[in-house]
Amino acid sequence: MVETTGGEGDSRVEALRARLTRRDVIRGVAGTGIALSIAGFSRPGAHAQDASPTAGPPIKVAFVYVSPVGDLGWTWAHDQGRLALEQTLPNVETSYQESVPENPADAERVIRDFAQKGNQIVVTTSFGYMQPTINVAKDFPDTTFVHISGYMTAENVSTAFGKIEEPRYVSGLIAGKMTKSNQLGYVAAFPIPEVIRGINAFTLGVRKANPAATVKVVWTNTWFDPQKERQAADALLDGGADVITQHQDTAAPQQAAEARGAYGVGYDADMSPLAPKAVLTSPIWHWGVYYIDLVRQVQAGTWQSNQYWGGWKDGLVDLAPIAPMVPEDVRAMGETEAAKFRNGEQTIYTVFTGPLKDQSGEEKVPVGQAMTDEALLTMDWFVEGVEGDPTP
Amino acid sequence: MNDITSIAFLTSVLAAAIPAGTAILYACLGELLCERAGVLNLGVEGMMLMGALGGFAVAYHTEQAWLGAIAAFAVGGALASIHALLVVSLRANQVVSGLALTLFGSGLSAFLGRDLVGRPAPASFGKVAVPLLSDIPYLGSILFRQDALVYVSYGLVPLLWWFVFRTRPGLNLRALGENPATADAMGLNVAALRYGYVIAGGALAGVGGAAISLATNPGWSENMTAGRGWIAVALVIFGTWNPARAAFGAYLFGGVEAGQFRLQGAGVPISSFYLSMLPYLFTIAVLILASRETARRRIGAPAALGRPYVREERG
Repeated sequence: MVETTGGEGDSRVEALRARLTRRDVIRGVAGTGIALSIAGFSRPGAHAQDASPTAGPPIKVAFVYVSPVGDLGWTWAHDQGRLALEQTLPNVETSYQESVPENPADAERVIRDFAQKGNQIVVTTSFGYMQPTINVAKDFPDTTFVHISGYMTAENVSTAFGKIEEPRYVSGLIAGKMTKSNQLGYVAAFPIPEVIRGINAFTLGVRKANPAATVKVVWTNTWFDPQKERQAADALLDGGADVITQHQDTAAPQQAAEARGAYGVGYDADMSPLAPKAVLTSPIWHWGVYYIDLVRQVQAGTWQSNQYWGGWKDGLVDLAPIAPMVPEDVRAMGETEAAKFRNGEQTIYTVFTGPLKDQSGEEKVPVGQAMTDEALLTMDWFVEGVEGDPTP
Repeated sequence: MNDITSIAFLTSVLAAAIPAGTAILYACLGELLCERAGVLNLGVEGMMLMGALGGFAVAYHTEQAWLGAIAAFAVGGALASIHALLVVSLRANQVVSGLALTLFGSGLSAFLGRDLVGRPAPASFGKVAVPLLSDIPYLGSILFRQDALVYVSYGLVPLLWWFVFRTRPGLNLRALGENPATADAMGLNVAALRYGYVIAGGALAGVGGAAISLATNPGWSENMTAGRGWIAVALVIFGTWNPARAAFGAYLFGGVEAGQFRLQGAGVPISSFYLSMLPYLFTIAVLILASRETARRRIGAPAALGRPYVREERG
């Protein structure tokens, strides 16, 4: 574990700030507000004004990461958010610790340490940090804690997550058009609702574009083991899959696809540099949008505990550029669909609108009815077209 | 393919088992040499990681996969020389020194490799079909459509077996592990030989790391060996300090590791958690079987394993 502290206030940061246009920041902040009113989560709206003080002591923000920042995956995406925070807001000091195990002892120690060091905001970026975050937060009532991807809140603990299913659905539309064997493979980490929702959204996209295609799921039961992820992808490729996507923290499944001349869909970050011949596109995160808004609220004193679930329209999630090997008509279709999500015409709720059947063909969501937040957040069944076991 | 009783399925599992087992096999052969010389090296995981990083870094900058493999060999050996210094010359506790080197190796490789994480490999060992041999039905696609490091390991296993059991230096090696005082009386330089075998063992562990970072999964990411070094240590016991049996164990392990995903893909109704556990259950079973002192004697554990040798001191 390596701890690094990034400072602020020097001329370098000023220069970087200048590069980000004011419009970007305003769009991000305004988008967040709109999303919250759509999602119906409770939160005060008084945050759109620029309230960051330029004088006085810096606000200290600490991040707890589950894997190394260089993985071009989940943690990398959060670290990009941290950097965006430093570059956009004046007077912010950030620090982070990488590869913090999710066991209660290690996670609590690291979180407590950050709180004791006087960080006003501590962000914990993996599901397994949920209980440790709640535990530590009890002892530091004046510190703001944000737990990513969990469901437990407290007076000083918020949760935040994004609707990555929206770009996953569009990536599925593209993948469904690109498969020749009508067999797609999904290397998945753990059978939890977050991962199951992603698999379902991808499959709904695939089947919309190509009703004959199926998506086969293999569980690795690890977030980060490139060798296992690769073996899982190889097993899917041996089974006849010709497009591989994944919910893991490395690009190993895409690299396995490239080695076999198959296609892949990345995740977390634009993974095309790691497997340029395979990666069609990647559903990606822009955590900076959320982190900047969070710090502004804390600085302005308007922050209150909430459950944030941002979508494509808010700019929190996005789709990486579609690769050049995708034919023009498929690319146009993908971009048209992406635009519908960006302007809010389509959302996770339109993706998960009935009729939806489960694997056995039994109707789970009737025609015209959208799934509720609760049903989505506890989803434990696969839609029709997925091959695999949602409760292995 | 999805019929698990079909020959095609079995062939696919076995063909995946060989490369999955090869990284472990190199580390296992290295540990075997080291333990045969009477030194326990628990730093294998750290040496694999440093080898994986060193190999990838050199291949990345020179664009030569073979130079990378040689660098991995050197880096693994260099880290092992620290172990040799600590436990042979300074007679430190071998368990503590080995554990320290695993921690050191994984931390140092993570630190040094920060800029290489996620970089695509400009050179790696791809699968090469051996002419003629690869056309043998089934066997050809299992054994002879693999990468170069796999082929080297095919040669290494019989070579080491012959060396350990059929040559004079091999006899001396076994004497070092069974009774260093006798070896000393025979005129062997116990310290120098132990240095040599510990370093050679670490070098092979380094190549084992490179078998991942340059062959099966080209690239570098922190902690990419994910505990395979420990499995190598366990497999030495399973293999009863015999290179041929160690190879069998490594491939068996590789088969379990790679096979679990194929069983899942075939829709076998066993929980994936149980399938993920298989390699470790297997390791635990091996360790339990081999843990009893009488059993250890019967299977031929080197008698002086783990004990520093001090001249004039009775064992």
